[in-house]
Amino acid sequence: MQEFMQQMINGLSLGAIYALIALGYTMVYGIIMLINFAHGDIMMVGAYVGFFSIAVLGSNIIAALLFAMLSCAALGVIIEKIAYKPLRNSTRIAALITAIGVSLLLEYVTIFFLTPDQRVFPESAFPLHNYEIAGLVISNKDIFIFVLAILLMLILQYIIKKTRTGKAMRAVSQDPEAAILMGISVDKIISVTFAIGSALAAAAGVMIGLYYNTINPLMGIIPGLKAFVAAVLGGIGIIPGAMVGGFLMGILETMVSGYGSSLYRDAVAFGVLILILLIKPTGLFGKNTGEKV
Amino acid sequence: MVHLQINRLSKAFGGLSAVLDFNFQLDKNELLGLIGPNGAGKTTVFNLITGVYKPDAGEIRFNGQNIAGLPAYRICQQGIARTFQNIRLFKDISVLDNVRIALHQNVPYSLLSAVARTPVFFKGEAKIEAQARKILKIFNLDDKRREIASNLPYGEQRRLEIARALATKPSLLILDEPAAGMNPNETRELMELIQWLRLQFDLSILLIEHDMSLVMGVCERIYVLDYGQVIAEGRPEEIRNNPRVIEAYLGEEVG
Amino acid sequence: MRKASIKPLQFIFEAAVLACLFTLVQYAINSNIINQYYQINLASICINIILAVSLNLINGFTGQLSLGHAGFMAVGAYAAAVMTTSLNQPFVFGIMAACLAAALAGLIIGVPTLRLKGDYLAIATLGFGEIIRVVLQNIDYIGGPAGIQGIPVYTNWPWLFGSSVLTIVVIVNIINSSYGRAIISVREDEVASELMGINTTRYKVLAFVIGALLAGLAGALYAHYFYIIKPDNFNFLKSFDILVMVVLGGLGSTTGAVIAAIFITVLTAVLQSFPAIRMILYALILVIVMIYRPQGLMGNKEWGRKTWGRIWGGKNGPSANK
Repeated sequence: MQEFMQQMINGLSLGAIYALIALGYTMVYGIIMLINFAHGDIMMVGAYVGFFSIAVLGSNIIAALLFAMLSCAALGVIIEKIAYKPLRNSTRIAALITAIGVSLLLEYVTIFFLTPDQRVFPESAFPLHNYEIAGLVISNKDIFIFVLAILLMLILQYIIKKTRTGKAMRAVSQDPEAAILMGISVDKIISVTFAIGSALAAAAGVMIGLYYNTINPLMGIIPGLKAFVAAVLGGIGIIPGAMVGGFLMGILETMVSGYGSSLYRDAVAFGVLILILLIKPTGLFGKNTGEKV
Repeated sequence: MVHLQINRLSKAFGGLSAVLDFNFQLDKNELLGLIGPNGAGKTTVFNLITGVYKPDAGEIRFNGQNIAGLPAYRICQQGIARTFQNIRLFKDISVLDNVRIALHQNVPYSLLSAVARTPVFFKGEAKIEAQARKILKIFNLDDKRREIASNLPYGEQRRLEIARALATKPSLLILDEPAAGMNPNETRELMELIQWLRLQFDLSILLIEHDMSLVMGVCERIYVLDYGQVIAEGRPEEIRNNPRVIEAYLGEEVG
Repeated sequence: MRKASIKPLQFIFEAAVLACLFTLVQYAINSNIINQYYQINLASICINIILAVSLNLINGFTGQLSLGHAGFMAVGAYAAAVMTTSLNQPFVFGIMAACLAAALAGLIIGVPTLRLKGDYLAIATLGFGEIIRVVLQNIDYIGGPAGIQGIPVYTNWPWLFGSSVLTIVVIVNIINSSYGRAIISVREDEVASELMGINTTRYKVLAFVIGALLAGLAGALYAHYFYIIKPDNFNFLKSFDILVMVVLGGLGSTTGAVIAAIFITVLTAVLQSFPAIRMILYALILVIVMIYRPQGLMGNKEWGRKTWGRIWGGKNGPSANK
């Protein structure tokens, strides 16, 4: 039981990170029906921006986080404008292939300029403390990641539920044509969606840097795929689904590494994905829809 | 002789009934019309008959056999073929290939003999092509058989859709607004063609149409659908004067 | 689509051209005009042609985006290597085992996943590809993460040439038949296809299994040329490599797949010392082709017998591919 609770705690902070990344996938999918394959790599860019702010500019963790979020928001918007916008009316397969291209581009441009070597996240940015509560070890990093992720999710909920932009986003995701008729600028909403999603990914990137201590140019691939699985698990396009899915994936992963073989850790995510797709492709929170003929 | 009989067919989408307790009968060789205001559930009925949707309840008896819930390709193989309200040709391939695809269910050679290019394959291909061209000739499309389907003018695309449906060798042909977007001249030609096809190929025909002159002109019997239910049934002149039909169409023109 | 009829003269001519090509290259290899370095690239070209042409059957002709092709290649490579190393069987049996095992994997994976559409299918196949890799990593009998070493080098020019030609002939013959038209109709409009009496699931699975089988063949050739295989050779970046070839050549053009496979392999060889630049180029190819020429270099057109005899402009214009 002790062991189980410990894994649970480890899983919560990892799950919070996955949930943040999954939110970006799900928001973008909700708006333009695109699996933004490059999303995990935006997270990687965020981790690098955070790394350089701390290591080179000597900023503190909060400033680094904000800087990473702002830069990635801009990056997300630029990617959408250059690569995805021209394809808005083509097939989804064409858009997906483009997204794979953007993903490879971000990875290898980073490798080209910053070498493929991994870098150690500066320890000084966030000195590790372990607290022991009732026999369970909790680190200040875990708490920081978890609290910060929850805070960001609350802000996101506020934006989506209460602000005009958020309402417009929901309108576009339900019916883009009707939204246009209501005077909503779809282009602007798509940009905002990419900006918010990418900023959340950047925050997750910095958190992963803290969590694993190291970053490298290909670090976005696997967490990106797992977060995507989380989004599908919760029902892609559904925001609370992505949060729940993220936490479930994080907990599941730590459980598998804790009790089973860590070699199978990455396969589990795909196993979950395939099971979900086969049993309930619309996800835990999804509704069934039929094709119109 | 009853060709198609539908008993208490129902289908709902997300709690909303699209078709409710729909009853219907079509005799062999009959030419029947299904009309109704927009959103009455006509196309849903077609989609249920042809297996695009699975019914929630009810029976669809075709030649006495219940086909409700069968996969669409099996229903087609039993002899029901259709066209679509918004044309769904295989756009990027040739006119001839569109028809040849519809002939595939009776392909006279195996995959292995296709890979090995045996004489059986060449004979079979020649047969398929001859059949396809015979059908294309009926629709005056043989000269255009090498064109890409989406390059055909609109009226010819509609005709090609019927040709393609016919190539599946149906005994019941279902036409979803075949005259949509056609001018009166084309519509009249189409009416004649439909009549002629019925005799020539010994078909039963069921059609949805918005163009009232077409429906009243060619159909022997008409069902009127409103809110997913049959509100009237009878010969064209009976339907024209039926108060319930006029009420349902109030605001829409009755040709 | 060309008209099918028996043209013995043409067949003899084509066979003669192929025989000449084969003999010339074999002679050049024997007399070391094509040296070791070029031979390696030649082998890669042939293997990549098989991979690209077979993936094109799934992605291009059937319109089902699969991102797990490297997984089937892995199954083939391992099956063949186990046959020739642990079981001491001749290469022919190795190849047969590779094709069978990969086809079986294709069937097992295809039946459940092909119910999914578009991007969901893409992600599911990517997932299966990775699962295959992780499973291979965890089987000690086949070396775990280190893989199998010391595989006998059986793959030579006759095997490479023969397999490539066979792959192309099989795919071209299927596509230019009623079965091929059924497969293409799935890409064009799955609902309409089903309503024209075509069991679309069956043809999707068929294309998937044949594609997997040929990827298995490529895997067997790969294993017995490069004599070392490990699970990481077959990760999803390898699948993306093959996807780049198919996309560049044109989804639905066998000619395009062959040309792109040759081009990409040569490009890879030239940029061998600059792997990052190579990948950046790949990425740009994917993005730029999708934005400016989504039909790829060849669209869905082919170079074939007719091209040489066709009077240009006589045929009404081909339209954009899907």
